[in-house]
This record gives sequence, structure tokens and C-alpha cells, in this order.
Amino acid sequence: MGDRFEYVDVGVDGDDGPIVSGFSARIPAEGLTAMVGPSGSGKTTLLRLLNRLEDPDAGVVLLDGADVRAYDVLALRRRVQYVGQVPVTFPGTVAANLGAADPEALVARVGLPPSLLSREADRLSVGEAQRMCLARSLALHPEVLVLDEPTAALDTASKAEVEALVRSLADEGLTVVMVTHDPRQASHLADRVVEVRP
Amino acid sequence: MNDLSGAISYADVALAVALVVVAVAISRVRGLGLEGDMAVALGRSFAQLLAVGYVLAFVFDGHGGLSAVVLAAMVATASFTAGRRARQVPGASVVAAVSLGAATLGTLGVLAGLGIVPVEARAVVPLGSMVLSNAMISASLVMTTLRHDLAAGRREVEARLSLGQTAHHASLPWQRRALRSGMLPIVDSTKVVGLVALPGAMTGMILAGAEPLDAIRLQMVVMYMLLGGNAFAAVVAGELTVRRLFTADHQLVRGLRRTAP
Repeated sequence: MGDRFEYVDVGVDGDDGPIVSGFSARIPAEGLTAMVGPSGSGKTTLLRLLNRLEDPDAGVVLLDGADVRAYDVLALRRRVQYVGQVPVTFPGTVAANLGAADPEALVARVGLPPSLLSREADRLSVGEAQRMCLARSLALHPEVLVLDEPTAALDTASKAEVEALVRSLADEGLTVVMVTHDPRQASHLADRVVEVRP
Repeated sequence: MNDLSGAISYADVALAVALVVVAVAISRVRGLGLEGDMAVALGRSFAQLLAVGYVLAFVFDGHGGLSAVVLAAMVATASFTAGRRARQVPGASVVAAVSLGAATLGTLGVLAGLGIVPVEARAVVPLGSMVLSNAMISASLVMTTLRHDLAAGRREVEARLSLGQTAHHASLPWQRRALRSGMLPIVDSTKVVGLVALPGAMTGMILAGAEPLDAIRLQMVVMYMLLGGNAFAAVVAGELTVRRLFTADHQLVRGLRRTAP
């Protein structure tokens, strides 16, 4: 299988000095790729380049061999679903947040009970909210799931559940790219590890 | 004549300065440190009003075509002021100029088009300046509120963008709030008009000797005009501010993204 993404000599400038410079890496289409590095190494910024919440100041990011900037940005973002570190709930119920035709199937897929659909989203626990965010992304039928420290805010039990869910999504054929600061999580969960150095 | 139209001489104005002297004395005695500002305010108000008086006298005296120039200069000044207030929005003065220009032209256009007011310098210039000064406050409130709230809510904004929403769609909840904040002052003052304060247009007519029932009809037109003008300025300023705070590729501009990691 070919590469889903390729970073080619990518640089991103911050207000005081570069956040990322001269970064190159490949992310295969198959399986789960973890990007590992200490905090401050620019991992989050690298993820945000994949769905174009930001663009690099130098170099290029390729998706299926073409510059990400060559795609329609709104279509790209639906294809490449990004879920941030802190789950973001919108006002309204879980069902309203999902905004999908078949919310029962979605919550079932992420392991939430259907009774949660009528609950206000801001009353969910962090673990439930994180899974709801995953369900909201899956509703768009993405090809790629980009996750920024998806378990950083979770307790041990929720962490194991979200890890299992992410693993199963990768096994079902989604390209999963995940950032983590934890090398052990990367080695036991990922098919491939990309090191990010500050 | 038992009205004040033409009854105030420059000597009367000089006597009224006595009240400013009282204000300066209060500032001095209580240590407010406002004496300098008051002197500047006195000097500026005298010079600015004198200049405007001569300009308007010239325009009304057979040079009505210059009304457009006078209004354009007022729009420019108001845009500069609103733009400086909202300087964290890139190109704020341009945003203000477009929204204030559109609000003033649009509102005067409706009033003239419906035949409510005559297309004469004596009507268009004062009414336009009233729309403008209110819309200026509205536009700068919308710009500053939107900039502040989008920065504070950028996680949610970016979560919406990540789901494939356009910048316009993703920012709608914040636009709504900003537009409300820009319009509430005029809505509130319209509600209590006449109860809390007798507004300027009506007061002016009454002082000039008009019948109160004539004066209130003008005031009604003025209030409705201000409501419409504010709404117009707020919605245009909101839409243009969003365009300045997002890139064409539906990304938050760098200044808003990098406020935190």
C-alpha cells in the first residue's frame, strides 16, 4: 500500500522562532500511525496541517501524492476528520451534536448507550464526550481519522475503552493518525511510530 | 418670537462658558486632573462646531450637491474612529467604512425613496450624521465583540471547521451574539425614548419653536431610522469582520489561532 500522507521538509513558524522545521515523514494508508514526541515538539501543529486548520510556511504536505492545498478544503476536512485533545461539545443534545440520520448506530459504534442521545452534550463525562466527538466525526464517513492525544484527558478505564475503539477503527480500514507523548501507548497501540523531535 | 431660533449670540455662548469654569473648579478642588482635558474639549468643541456651522451654512445656501462630500467626510472620520477602537481586527477601518457607508446610504435611500424626507441638504446631512454616529458605535461593538469571542471560542470554532463547515457557518453563533451586542443599545434606548430622556431631534425642534406633536413625529422617524441603520451597519460589519478573521481557505487567521498552544 502507498502512503496516505507525506510531510516533505515542512516548516511552521511561530511568533518566537520555528514551531516545526525541516520535518519529513510518511504516513501509510493502512493501520494506525502514532506520532510521538515530547511536549513542545510541534506534534499538534503537524496534525493541524493534515486537515488544513493551518498551512506550512515551508515545504509541503501530500495527501495521496498531491499537495493538500490542491483539494477543496471543505471536502478535505470531511475526508480527514480531526478530533482535538479536549472534547468540544456543541450546545444541545448528543443527537443534535451528531446531526446524523442514524444516531443510534453511531453511538453504538463508539460504545455509548442509546439513552445518552437525549442528554445535553455538556452534561457528558469527559470520556463520553470524547467518544461522542469520535461518533460525530464518523458520521461524515471519513477516510482518515486524525487524533490529538485522544486519551490525555481520560481516566484509566475510559482510556482503555477509547484505545480499543481507535484500534478497531484502524482494523476496519480507516487510516488513523494519532499524536501521543507516551511512547508505551504508541508501541502497544500503533502499527507504525513516527518520532517528532523538538 | 418666543423660541430660541436665532436668539443665541456669541456673547451668550461666552456667558455659558461659566458652567465649564464651574466644572474646571470642581476638577481642581477634588483633584480629578481633568482641567487640561476640559480645556481641550472646550477649545475643540468651539472650533469644530464653528467650522461645521460655516460648512453647513455654505452647503444649505445653494450648494446642496456638496452634501455628499460632507457625509463622505463624516463617514471617513467615523470609520477611522471605529477602526482604531477595533484595531485587533485586520483592516478594521475598511470594515467600518463599508458598513457605515452602506448603513448611511441605505437608510437615507429608504427615507428618501418612500418620500418621508425631501432630498435636500437640510434633511439629508443632519439625518445622515445621526445614523452615522449611532452606527459607528454599533459597528465597533460588533467588530470588537466578534474578535474577542472568536478568540475565546477558537476550540469550538475549529471543531466546527474540522467538520467541514464554512467560516461563515462555523462562526454563526458568535456572529449572532456580536450582532445582538451591537444592536441592544439602540433597541433599549428606543424602548425608553421620551421616558428617560427627550431625544435630540425632538428637543431641537421644540427649542426652535415647533409644536410638540410635530416634533415627536420627526423623532419617531429618527428612532426607526436609527434602528434600521444600526441593524444594517451591524450585519455588514459582522459579515466583513468574519472575512477578516478567517482566510479564504476557512482557517482562523494566525493572530487568532496562536493566542494559546
